[in-house]
Amino acid sequence: MEVVISIVIGILAGSGVWLLLRPRTFQVLIGLSLLSYAINLFIFSVGSLAIDREPIVLPGLAPTLDNYTDPLPQSLVLTAIVIGFATTALFLVVLLALRGLSGGDHVDGREERP
Amino acid sequence: MTGALSLGAPLIVAPVLLPLATAALMLLLGEGRRRLKAVVNLASTLAGLLLAVYLMQAVHAQDLPQAFCVYLPGNWPVPFGIVLVLDRLSALLLVLTGCIGLASLLYALARWHQAGVYFHVLFQLQLMGLYGAFLTADLFNLFVFFEVLLAASYGLLLHGGGTQRVRAGLHYIAVNLVASLLFLIGVAVLYGVTGTLNMADIAAKLPLVAEADRGLLHAGAAILAVAFLSKAALWPLNFWLPGAYGAASAPVAALFAILTKVGVYAVLRLWTLCFPAEVGGGAPFGGAALVWGGAATLAFGAVGMLASQQLGRFAAYSVIASSGTLIAAFGFGAPALAGGALYYLASSTLAGAALFLLVELLERARQVELGPDAIDDGQDTLPAFIASEPLPGVNLDDDEEVLIGRAIPAALAFLGLTFAVCALVVSGLPPLSGFVAKLAMLTALLDLHRPAAWVLFALLLLSGLMAATALLRIGMRHFWTAEARPSPRLRVAETLPIGLLLAGGLSLVLQAGQALDYMRKTAATLHAPGQYIAAVMSARPVPPVPLAASQEVRP
Repeated sequence: MEVVISIVIGILAGSGVWLLLRPRTFQVLIGLSLLSYAINLFIFSVGSLAIDREPIVLPGLAPTLDNYTDPLPQSLVLTAIVIGFATTALFLVVLLALRGLSGGDHVDGREERP
Repeated sequence: MTGALSLGAPLIVAPVLLPLATAALMLLLGEGRRRLKAVVNLASTLAGLLLAVYLMQAVHAQDLPQAFCVYLPGNWPVPFGIVLVLDRLSALLLVLTGCIGLASLLYALARWHQAGVYFHVLFQLQLMGLYGAFLTADLFNLFVFFEVLLAASYGLLLHGGGTQRVRAGLHYIAVNLVASLLFLIGVAVLYGVTGTLNMADIAAKLPLVAEADRGLLHAGAAILAVAFLSKAALWPLNFWLPGAYGAASAPVAALFAILTKVGVYAVLRLWTLCFPAEVGGGAPFGGAALVWGGAATLAFGAVGMLASQQLGRFAAYSVIASSGTLIAAFGFGAPALAGGALYYLASSTLAGAALFLLVELLERARQVELGPDAIDDGQDTLPAFIASEPLPGVNLDDDEEVLIGRAIPAALAFLGLTFAVCALVVSGLPPLSGFVAKLAMLTALLDLHRPAAWVLFALLLLSGLMAATALLRIGMRHFWTAEARPSPRLRVAETLPIGLLLAGGLSLVLQAGQALDYMRKTAATLHAPGQYIAAVMSARPVPPVPLAASQEVRP
């Protein structure tokens, strides 16, 4: 489980960083999204991974981390997803506005005209 | 609640709730009704400033160990729930935010708030994010408030439109999104190592961290520092700043003068709390990196000031130089130096905001000179105003514009005088607040007897000289060219905020003794983090009202 999660985080983060360094705006946007997935998974894994354990206290079980998974990273991930979603939407709007205004989709340059 | 203020701790939530409620109210008003929104916004911003001043006085009136006000908004016990903490540093930054917010709003009311929709709502949300970031005492809420203020700042930066602004905005957003992601990584690592998000609790638990986890802890702190320092415009991370701040409209750029200070604040708060000087042998963790990075930033900002041909970029580089000075000074971990640096923070933020506001007026005055017939009231430098498509209930014709302000006499004299004052403060020449701040820092640096201190000493003097040279050149170009020219048209609403900001800076000089005393007490409290930890950890939730008692109240 840990190995799978680590590999997934690594692949997502690596592709995210690579895309982030690309010259076109859409690639940058996708890179940011991939990177934020990687980080959400990372936050999720920080509270130690567990299968089939509840984050909510159940009757009849001692309320220790032996019986439950840490609920805090899950709530952090939830908040981070919401915030990341909002800022990505905003970025998308700016991206489209720039596309309309400058006629190209380069982050920091000009469209090459043949 | 120990150390509670007699005024009632819940009042410290008000700086966050007031802008939020105002923004929600103004959203309900729709896109029109600009005048009503302007009045509401002005009233709310003014109330926020008065509240901040009141809180500052209340906190400062207390003795040193009790100079904290802790409030638990969710009424949960301390390390688990949300905690808001007000101390002298937070209070100082709240007041600064209020001052700059009020000034830039007043300036925007002259014209800029018509340049796009939802200016007032975004403005209030920006204030809310700033106030919240200064008040919160746990890392994740710091992230949330950072995002609130950044999201609002994206909207404000794009306010007015135009290709240049959108391009600069895209870079700004991309850089800040990446920095926010780094912030999240840092928070997650710190949570993984210490198991808590409350800053005071982290500080209390750090000595218990196993030796094997130290490396991870330091990696997390370093990643967090990269996130903060890219917002504070440390040298290799500040390439986005001159473009973004130079492209923003004048009132927004003035408000942004405090945005870089949020990053500086976060570093100062977290580093004095979690990595105090006693532990790491003379300097906080990464102190050398902060000092040298700050010195490089200062040098970069000074060279940039000298090299910039446009006034807007000059102001942006002066912001970079000021945050470089602050980061370098805080990196030493010396209370006396930090006291001077805090004074410099107040002085340079006020002067930077005034400079950004002045830039637009000076550019307009210059355009009047260059081609008076081509320019009609400077309107062509502005993007297409929404007012050209009349909204129901809003009529911004010439008659109504006269009510906002009129061409004031002796406009050029006003511009020259305020520019000279700004120049004195920014370059740190006597007798204004910039000089007091630099003198306080230089004397503290003399006592440190470290090579880095001498480098910073020289850089402070040299950067002052470079700033003075650059400002002199700009002043000569704008004021000393002997040509018959028409007097530039300024509005009272545009000159008033500049006057207010400079008056704020002037009162810092007139009250220099008291102000420095306040800053030194702040620095002393910061460098003795035990008091902060004790104040936060001893806060207790309010016990629930007994059921019988609450029923008795009801008839």
